Amino acid sequence: MTTTTATTAGRRPLPWRRVALHAGCLAALLVMLYPLAWLVATSLKPADEVIASLNLLPSKLEWSNYSTALDGVDDVSVGRLLSNSLLIAGGAVLGNVISCSLAAYAFARLRFRFRGPLFAFMIATIMLPHHAVLIPQYIIFNQLGMVNTYWPLILPKFLATEAFFVFLIVQFMRGLPRELEEAARIDGCGPFRSFFLVVLPLTRPALITTAIFTFIWTWNDFFTQLIYLFSPEKFTLTLALRSFVDASSQSAFGPMFAMSVIALLPIVLFFLAFQRFLVEGMANSGVKG
Amino acid sequence: MTTTDIPVQAARAQSPEPSRKPRGKREREGAAWVFLSPWVLGAVVLTLLPMAVSLYLSFTDYDLFNAPRWVGFRNYVQMFTEDPRYWRSVGATLTYVVIAVPLQLALALAVALALKSMRRGKAFYRSAFYAPSLLGASMSIALVWRAVFNDGGTVDNVLSGMGVHTGGWVNKPGWALLAVALLTVWQFGAPMVIFLAGLQQIPAELYEAAAVDGASRRRQFISITLPMLSPVLFFNLVLQTIQAFQVFTPAFAVSGGKGGPADSTLFYTLYLYDRGFVASHMGYASAMAWVLLIAIGAVTAVLFRTSRSWVFYANEGER
Repeated sequence: MTTTTATTAGRRPLPWRRVALHAGCLAALLVMLYPLAWLVATSLKPADEVIASLNLLPSKLEWSNYSTALDGVDDVSVGRLLSNSLLIAGGAVLGNVISCSLAAYAFARLRFRFRGPLFAFMIATIMLPHHAVLIPQYIIFNQLGMVNTYWPLILPKFLATEAFFVFLIVQFMRGLPRELEEAARIDGCGPFRSFFLVVLPLTRPALITTAIFTFIWTWNDFFTQLIYLFSPEKFTLTLALRSFVDASSQSAFGPMFAMSVIALLPIVLFFLAFQRFLVEGMANSGVKG
Repeated sequence: MTTTDIPVQAARAQSPEPSRKPRGKREREGAAWVFLSPWVLGAVVLTLLPMAVSLYLSFTDYDLFNAPRWVGFRNYVQMFTEDPRYWRSVGATLTYVVIAVPLQLALALAVALALKSMRRGKAFYRSAFYAPSLLGASMSIALVWRAVFNDGGTVDNVLSGMGVHTGGWVNKPGWALLAVALLTVWQFGAPMVIFLAGLQQIPAELYEAAAVDGASRRRQFISITLPMLSPVLFFNLVLQTIQAFQVFTPAFAVSGGKGGPADSTLFYTLYLYDRGFVASHMGYASAMAWVLLIAIGAVTAVLFRTSRSWVFYANEGER
């Protein structure tokens, strides 16, 4: 029962249609970006305007919100919080790039016993809720005296626990031509030299994607940090922001959102610099061409 | 030939092929285990062992300082029959998943369809709509959400201007959950990017043939786009559902860590954190974790089972 109305199906859309499409997309974009505009505007508002004023824009720019924010919380400066956040994110990036690429090479190119079942197991752990292993992991790190240090946040990344990235790199390596490795083997390269000299340099785009996603996800992570870190001088920006959650006084709004802007800035910069890798990486996670 | 696929299918396709290479086989097998060793260590020490331990702990009373005391099914019985907050957390989580995931995926699909045929500006919109997916999980945005949906916040003001007086969503049971759900919907960019990649893999010949046969746009959408996109839709549905069950940060921020008002944003993960790490009932929290694991497993299994009737794999015949 096909309808035989003569529509523009398959042909290029009429101009007004395209105009409407762009108008709709732009309108949607404005709504989407409103929370970000609100954040930046509020971070610059004087204390009495935050709630009282209905204007999005501040009447004057209150830069002192930022100088208050730079003092940090609990005598820990924002500089310290920032470097703590960077240390954790940097360690996680290093760990994920090294461990996940090693495991991915074995799954993508080498033959070993139980490869099929182990690969299936690895894929299954992508879907495993973190909470199923959370408490025993906490007990292990507690026994090792590592609670309130950064080890519980960094060490697991060196053991390829984020299977999503192993899968991402496996998919990429499978797309590489085998001829180069064959040639390397004929020239006497074993699997190690072949990995480091031939495969790894070609895998760079997937490694960059892994690094950026790891950075952003670790940077945003709140739950793990909340559990493992409790000394203010070990706090990250995310944890420092959390102490504002309890403080409901409106006067702290300006500095709180100033610090929120500082905490978001690295992600925004990463996004602007690497958006191609991020969008492609996300697209490839669901669809392989 | 393009292949649209999901990881689990890829896993199935990767069944082990017996190696028939006599020379250097053992050497290469040894090399493989060297490459795998960090992963194997992590899988055993940080995944398999903890899963077993948390199953054991779920049958004990354990506060992290004194040795675990075996209590049989006591934690499970208490959870299911004596703990009204537990059921409120289940209710809040399920309500949230059922509202947020379909809304998010519908919006993602709609925007992907709008962008698909666009000639100019597609890359720009794709990136711009994707940005919230990276920012939305942060504490910063969660705090913005709390303020924007609070009494006297932007949403309240706009609604008041239209004559609807809500008095802020954050303090109202029911509305607070909706505010958190909207934060998830705001992050529709990640599934949208995946939808768009899927749409671009549908061969143009199919549409051309359909247009020749006089099929309307709606007909083409129902008979070509949806079936061809169903594997991607399924992938997004499974992934977003699993993620939605585990959301923590926005509920924590919007409710000040308490899950209020009236436990309406007491998500399962929030209550698990409260029982385990605030009240130090590690046994009870472990039991909650195992119920969550089984629930997510069951939901995934149901999705996979129903997928047989609505997910269409174009290359099925070639396997």
